Amino acid sequence: MKEQKYSRAELMICVAARLFCDGTTAFIGTGIPMLASMLAMKTHAPNLVPIFEFGGVGAILDDLPRAVGEARTFHRAVAASGICDIMETAQRGFIDYGFLGGAQIDPYGNLNSTVIGRHGRPKVRLPGSGGGNDVGSLCWVTIAIMQHDRRRFVPEVDFITTPGYLSGPGAREEAGLPERGGPINVVSTLGLMDFDREPGGTCRMRLVATHPGVSVEEVLENTAFDLPVADEVCVNEPPSGEELRLLREEIDPEGLYI
Amino acid sequence: MNVLQSGQGELIQPPDLEGFREWNRIEKSRRLDDKLMSEEEAIARFVSDGCYIGTELYGTVRCPMSLAREVVRQGKKDLRVCGQGVLELDLWLAAGLVRKLDVTYIGLEVYGVSSALRRAVESGQVESCVEWSNGAIAWRMKATAMGVPFIPVRAMLGSDTLKYSAAKVVEDPFTGMKLCLLPALILDVGLIHVHRADRHGNAQIEGISGFAAEMARASKRLIVSAEEIVPTDEIRAAPDRTVIPYYLVDAVVHAPFGSYPGEMAYLYGRDEPAIRHWVEASRTDEGAQAYLEEQVYGVEDHQAYLSLVGEQRLAHVQEQRERRTS
Repeated sequence: MKEQKYSRAELMICVAARLFCDGTTAFIGTGIPMLASMLAMKTHAPNLVPIFEFGGVGAILDDLPRAVGEARTFHRAVAASGICDIMETAQRGFIDYGFLGGAQIDPYGNLNSTVIGRHGRPKVRLPGSGGGNDVGSLCWVTIAIMQHDRRRFVPEVDFITTPGYLSGPGAREEAGLPERGGPINVVSTLGLMDFDREPGGTCRMRLVATHPGVSVEEVLENTAFDLPVADEVCVNEPPSGEELRLLREEIDPEGLYI
Repeated sequence: MNVLQSGQGELIQPPDLEGFREWNRIEKSRRLDDKLMSEEEAIARFVSDGCYIGTELYGTVRCPMSLAREVVRQGKKDLRVCGQGVLELDLWLAAGLVRKLDVTYIGLEVYGVSSALRRAVESGQVESCVEWSNGAIAWRMKATAMGVPFIPVRAMLGSDTLKYSAAKVVEDPFTGMKLCLLPALILDVGLIHVHRADRHGNAQIEGISGFAAEMARASKRLIVSAEEIVPTDEIRAAPDRTVIPYYLVDAVVHAPFGSYPGEMAYLYGRDEPAIRHWVEASRTDEGAQAYLEEQVYGVEDHQAYLSLVGEQRLAHVQEQRERRTS
């Protein structure tokens, strides 16, 4: 196969897109999740149902939405309702996947998008939860998309905006969150992580695949906590020619993200 | 009910449901009054210094921008703000009007963190930030809409978002489950921009409705701005489209392009360069003040603002609109 040049953003989008399953519902936020869901729908998951927090359900994503409430999020959708309906749909167990991001993530997948430093007088005031906490609390599983460096992959987040596994096994249920939820993957600029969710598992993040050209050592060096490594670490498939064509010609022809 | 945990955040506006019923009995007219007025009159009459105020929907969609600019123009200060807003709340923060925030998300979406929020919070100008999720803010209004003092939900549990909110965790007396109780949120004033309304305030929205229905029912005073003012007969021809009935509304403002530079489903898209203009200008306080001078203080009213924007830009954003397909 001919070698194709691609950007790190394009690779992250492809790795995230491959995680979507056909015939499922997914809570889509601004940015990479929008591109990844569009790519999944144009490849292996044509029956994916994208759900946007302000009310769009099952849109046909011909054009890349710029924001979670804008008209492209309900373009030819099956329903255009409102935020309470969508969050309650998640609360009733109808939303399979949620996508999240943040300024910091810890080994249990807890995310911070509220403050760096102390809450009362923060060093950096970030936007806040938005729908993040609802998604992390109420979807069946979540996938985080993160820049990978030591400032972001930290032993303890400054503020748990959105729950991962909180303090470890059983902590979500102990807090009262719906059973069986929590993060399953982190797609970063360096690789793909999962969480040890097996019965009796640690609920901690684990490296399962690196991006092409990235070594396991590089991932570990860029993680400020002890990151367990799976017995066999794979290398993620680079974007295929068709994936790149779809991304560049159909999904983001204006180059907003790629 | 057994209270297991209490958020340490301030309850910015303790809910008084009996007071709210009484307010609705005395202050809200049941008559089909003519409530059409200008932005200037609506804000002067119903927004006061120190009031608890909210805008509906976030992002750049259906923003009540003409109302938000008028709040800045009139310099309403010490506002306690319920925060879902991108461009609106950024303007208020930059203008130094905000004292307290019930915050869920204030940011610039694809353009990242809000510089105006950062300056206002990190300097201590905003006295208190109480954290909530987007769902929580909408549900708190839903509780008020239901006429009850709280609503139980399964979000926010276990997080610092709850710890720095004014929510409580309780044991459900029926099932024993742990639940997050959200206190009802009663706004002094709500600002909502819609596609069409009649002079009495019957309002209809195209596309997603965000949390307009809930906020309209959770506001003691409600100012609705509309792209188009229509005869009541047009409302009566499609009553199933009415999201906000007239008796909730105190003022109706005719505001074509009222969401600009944000968008309005099926009418106009957002103006990307105009939004980027604010993103760039607001990076410094000087830049933000110069922007406010040029785009708000130096402009008499919404009509003058639209003249400043120019017909060419307005025609361009109309061209960018979402089109209904058959």
